[in-house]
Amino acid sequence: MQAYGGGETVNKSARNAVPVQEAALRIGNFEEVAKGFTEELALAEASRCLNCKNAPCMQGCPVGVRIPSFIAALLEGGADKAAGILFADNNLPAVCGRVCPQENQCEKYCVRREKLGGSVAIGALERYVADNAADVRPAVAEKQAAKVAVVGSGPAGLSCAADLARAGIQVTVFEALHKAGGVLVYGIPEFRLPKSVVEKEIDGLRALGVNIECNTVVGKTVLMEELLEEYDAVFVGSGAGLPLFLGIEGETLCGVSSANELLTRVNLMKAYREDAVTPVQRGRNVVVVGAGNVAMDAARTARRLGAEVTLVYRRSRAEMPARAEEIDHAEEEGIKFELLTNPVKIHGDERGFVNGMTCVRMALGEPDASGRRRPVVVEGSEFFLPCDEVVVALGTTPNPLIKDSFPALETTPKGTIVADENGRTPTEGLYAGGDAMTGAATVILAMGAGKRSAGAILDELRRKGKIK
Amino acid sequence: MKKYEILSKRTLAERVNEYVVYAPAVARHARAGQFVILRTDEDGERVPFTVCDYSREEGTVSVLVQEVGYTTMKLAAMNAGDALADFVGPLGNPTDLSAYKRILLVGGGIGGAVIYPQAKQLAAEGKPADVVLGARNVSLAIYTEEFARFADNFYLITDDGSSGKKGFVTDMIEELVKKGEKYDCVFAVGPLPMMKAVCALTARYDIPTVVSMNSLMVDGTGMCGCCRLTVGGKVRYACAHGPEFDGHQVDFDEAIARSRMYREQEQAHICRLTGEVRR
Ligand SMILES: Cc1cc2nc3c(=O)[nH]c(=O)nc-3n(C[C@H](O)[C@H](O)[C@H](O)COP(=O)(O)OP(=O)(O)OC[C@H]3O[C@@H](n4cnc5c(N)ncnc54)[C@H](O)[C@@H]3O)c2cc1C
Ligand SMILES: Cc1cc2nc3c(=O)[nH]c(=O)nc-3n(C[C@H](O)[C@H](O)[C@H](O)COP(=O)(O)OP(=O)(O)OC[C@H]3O[C@@H](n4cnc5c(N)ncnc54)[C@H](O)[C@@H]3O)c2cc1C
Ligand code: FES
Repeated sequence: MQAYGGGETVNKSARNAVPVQEAALRIGNFEEVAKGFTEELALAEASRCLNCKNAPCMQGCPVGVRIPSFIAALLEGGADKAAGILFADNNLPAVCGRVCPQENQCEKYCVRREKLGGSVAIGALERYVADNAADVRPAVAEKQAAKVAVVGSGPAGLSCAADLARAGIQVTVFEALHKAGGVLVYGIPEFRLPKSVVEKEIDGLRALGVNIECNTVVGKTVLMEELLEEYDAVFVGSGAGLPLFLGIEGETLCGVSSANELLTRVNLMKAYREDAVTPVQRGRNVVVVGAGNVAMDAARTARRLGAEVTLVYRRSRAEMPARAEEIDHAEEEGIKFELLTNPVKIHGDERGFVNGMTCVRMALGEPDASGRRRPVVVEGSEFFLPCDEVVVALGTTPNPLIKDSFPALETTPKGTIVADENGRTPTEGLYAGGDAMTGAATVILAMGAGKRSAGAILDELRRKGKIK
Repeated sequence: MKKYEILSKRTLAERVNEYVVYAPAVARHARAGQFVILRTDEDGERVPFTVCDYSREEGTVSVLVQEVGYTTMKLAAMNAGDALADFVGPLGNPTDLSAYKRILLVGGGIGGAVIYPQAKQLAAEGKPADVVLGARNVSLAIYTEEFARFADNFYLITDDGSSGKKGFVTDMIEELVKKGEKYDCVFAVGPLPMMKAVCALTARYDIPTVVSMNSLMVDGTGMCGCCRLTVGGKVRYACAHGPEFDGHQVDFDEAIARSRMYREQEQAHICRLTGEVRR
């Protein structure tokens, strides 16, 4: 990808690139990498949309945003007009425009993709509209007597709370951490999703009358039974916050951490700032294990903290699950990829600090259940990778804390909550959605799940005569 | 009353203060053995402290804080009427000593804060425990009056002999055992080297021993893995699986190494407050 630093060429046939901060510069700061379209670029890009009748892009959107309509509205009446359409289907457009894997969703189905200069930059347009529109969200309906509790303030919880509040329901969100936003505040870094963008969403929610109680761990501070008793319905959007480790020797050495720990220290606790009180490991040679969004964020964060970073992944580039843009950006930032490589042991010095890692090379064998080719160890390929910090980013699973305190909650062997497509669990009045139900997924899926559950909760409350 | 307001503060020993904090939501389900995580202000670090006492009626939770670094120094400068930015809990699992009949509680230094609620609870259950409290000198010993009241037998031992009895908690435990005291459980809390020494001793005498691990923490709910330690060859999280563990299974050397992980940065933070030159 090319960096645009002013004097961008506006091109009506080829896709317009989003201006980005130069790699050499951005590895020295935590400011947003992608700067977003200017009005000129946004309108030029919008005019590339062919406004297809059958709107193939929409089939790629998990929440069915009316993409050609909002783009047409942008051309006709600017961001404000487009927002009226966009906000109806997406509660978090400023977030989704920045972090959705568009290349696997809407932009994958754009007819311009192959031959007509590349897909329309739908994500960048979504962001432009969200960032530049005046708040035109639907007004709050008449106040109702019904009360709903929402557990967790990630995209699922926020979205569910917003829709319920707009329907006039009294909503209280309970959040374990001291700050609302879920992964959006503790996981995804500032340079990809500025916290001011998330705060704006949360302020908007408060303006709708939603009460957000931070520092409240459901299952500890307040019990699920109490919530079910006190509220007319409960939605659980507690995410999948539990980090997986490799389970290899040396993983408890000093300097080995989960990506969650590194990212929480840096994002939530602002450990990247010189004046921060919370400490963070600042290795010179950091190895990040994994290749998803979380791994990319960890690697790029370590890079910005001053490290040389190597990413170790057991499959090949084609299987890397991160968004394409993040992989490109990571590479531009000088992150080395050791692909088809797997760690087998972490070594430490006499003080218990990590000083290297033994890895083996892998080869791709037959496809496994996920359809990806299964990596197998190449005999005799062991080698030593020196490093002074290891960050494990293998994925996360739901925290068993709620289940442990409320055994009636049905979960799968993987720990995900059992519920139907509208989030209804077998327990009356109890709904769930987002990563807590699906396992680690995406912002848009969590947002959509929160929305569907809000709809199902409203139906139930209406049926029971609890709302008009 | 303000949220998380400090209702009272009293100094229990040199650089050790007890804070009674208004936090009804935490007080409601708090039990002995659990902890809270607090932040002093909007830019503060999340730091864990044991729930020393609570009153469900008054909606208060007490914590005992020893001044050791940046946040605890900031806390020392706070007073009744000030409010903490955050106070979340109760976290971790409550203590369960119900399987034991004759219990020896051992507290070293600030570890007294953790065994105090146990002593109180065991007394209330009608099976008061023996208590050994160790401190560097008598002016650092905490809750001595309370222990004298709630313990079956209370022994205070100091490194410098200023309490009348000189030595380490392990010396006292050994003396008791040799005297023929039969304990079916030792519950030991204090600095890591102390817990390690107690466990080495009780392993020799084959007395089951429970320790409370004060690992470094961030979230306190199992989401970061910062607090992990090895127990019986398995990786456990102090916040979610503990904080109490079978002391004979804990890898203390690893825990000690991990507790020093951020030493340099911590030192720099303290210097920021005191103006001292970084060592
Ligand atoms: C580093 C990182 C980068 C990512 N990058 C992307 C990306 O680029 N694009 C994308 O689409 N997705 C990305 N994801 C995934 C995406 O963020 C998640 O799928 C999404 O946030 C899930 O939303 P959620 O609301 O289900 O849960 P979460 O966002 O996890 O929120 C759950 C909230 O519930 C709280 N909670 C948990 N237990 C309790 C309890 N017992 N009581 C009270 N509160 C509780 C948690 O503290 C948390 O705030 C990324 C994830 C990570 C970790
Ligand atoms: C479950 C749990 C319960 C605890 N209960 C209490 C309590 O009741 N009273 C109390 O005074 N302290 C308690 N602690 C320890 C307390 O959390 C630390 O003293 C505190 O975090 C120090 O913060 P600081 O910023 O002042 O010091 P830092 O500047 O962070 O560190 C200063 C010094 O304190 C040491 N230190 C830091 N964190 C810890 C820790 N978690 N345990 C031991 N030493 C540490 C450092 O290694 C360093 O030498 C508990 C810890 C845990 C995990
Ligand atoms: S403190 Fe984060 S997992 Fe225990």
